[in-house]
Amino acid sequence: MAVLEVKNIEKHFGSTRVLENISFDLQEGQALAIIGSSGSGKTTLLRCLNFLEKPDRGQIIVRGSKLFDAADPATQRESEIRKKRLHFGLVFQSFHLFPQYTALKNVTLARELLAQEQEGFKSRKKQILAEIEAEGRELLSRMGLAERAGHYPHQLSGGQQQRVAIARALALHPDILCFDEPTSALDPELTGEVLKVIRSLAEQKTTMIIVTHEMAFARDVADQVIFMDGGVIVEQGDAEKVIGNPQQERTRQFLSRYSER
Amino acid sequence: MFFMSAEFQTVVSALNEGFIKTVELFFLTLIGALPLGLVISFGSMSRFAPLRWLTRTVVWIIRGTPLVLQILILYYVPPLMKLFTWGGGETGRFTAVTTAFIINYAFYFSEIYRGGIQGVPAGQQEAGQVLGMTGPQIFFRITLLQMIKRIVPPMSNEIITLVKDTSLARVIALQEVIWMGESFMKGNRGYAGLIWPLFFTAVYYLAFSGVVTILLNRLEKKLSFFR
Repeated sequence: MAVLEVKNIEKHFGSTRVLENISFDLQEGQALAIIGSSGSGKTTLLRCLNFLEKPDRGQIIVRGSKLFDAADPATQRESEIRKKRLHFGLVFQSFHLFPQYTALKNVTLARELLAQEQEGFKSRKKQILAEIEAEGRELLSRMGLAERAGHYPHQLSGGQQQRVAIARALALHPDILCFDEPTSALDPELTGEVLKVIRSLAEQKTTMIIVTHEMAFARDVADQVIFMDGGVIVEQGDAEKVIGNPQQERTRQFLSRYSER
Repeated sequence: MFFMSAEFQTVVSALNEGFIKTVELFFLTLIGALPLGLVISFGSMSRFAPLRWLTRTVVWIIRGTPLVLQILILYYVPPLMKLFTWGGGETGRFTAVTTAFIINYAFYFSEIYRGGIQGVPAGQQEAGQVLGMTGPQIFFRITLLQMIKRIVPPMSNEIITLVKDTSLARVIALQEVIWMGESFMKGNRGYAGLIWPLFFTAVYYLAFSGVVTILLNRLEKKLSFFR
């Protein structure tokens, strides 16, 4: 069974249709790359999955349970959206780390707040917080940032900040980790360190959706690729095939512009 | 020596008495207006348009008219319309003036808060949301401190203005420090025609605003650990 099924998502901003009939499945442990030019709807799609935008039509199903159905108001209650969001993690283009917290606290804060809602938190408080901290440190060291745990975001480079943001998203163990152009705000010499981390997550079979402009990386790391243009999916399939041998004219045009650069 | 003279002692003890009232008015205004301003700022940012427009209209009225006028209206109008009275004497005047100050400053502060809250990037809120935080958690754990950092400089300006604005209370004869200073010119405690006590009140204001400036600078420094 697919981890994620997206069915017929449609989204309008006013009279502009930004997403139309978006459907795809994602299998456990697979990485899906979404490519396409700016304004093609890639980011809006990720925002819909993370409940930052509400689709006008369509369904979002995770592990067989319907998280969102535009036709069913019962799936759209504000009170439940918060919990539903936890199925997804989102790494933003411009990091959005919390500036007043250290790298470690950025990673652990949300976990601590969720732990407070658990029964018996008060009686085991110290132990739970210690576990969360240990896991936070472990995540940071997986990102190669063990030495940076006590640094504030402004003391870190862009690449380091983005790796903290990845650790922060991983800390909540999402079913699907989403990346919204994770290297677009970085200097070219810093993109490598972030891509390396994402690559290693793919090798560990993390289920991921990556919106990216790094074609070589998408071809290399992703199992599946979706090419979007004008709010629709033009072509989707095996990463090697879509990028190596596109079937649609629009995909070919898009990719050829990339190879010219 | 003049500083040892009976005249100096008398004047200073009267000015001190006035100054205590100045300081009380200052702190009571802050205690009332700082939280009230935050509530008002939520009103002026409300998604419910009628509340937003109502709040912004009142902001315009309060910021667009002199504080002196507001003090006079608040002190004289309710008793004239037989709504309620402030009570007699100095206590009544103090209550009325404090209320006027709290209202006036709360509306000024609300605009500073609004700027501070809207200045925190939307991405901060969204980052909190995707991490499963509740609205109040996002406000208290994420937005609030970033907002405070942003508002300290404009707030400092406003608070130092408040130090000096307290003197407007004399318009309804509240016996704050300037009123006391002036009274020696008009005749008080056996002295008349003394001009220097009025000018000497400046020393109080300078000392007070100096201390306030130092404290606010310290706060600003304390918040410089992040950007």
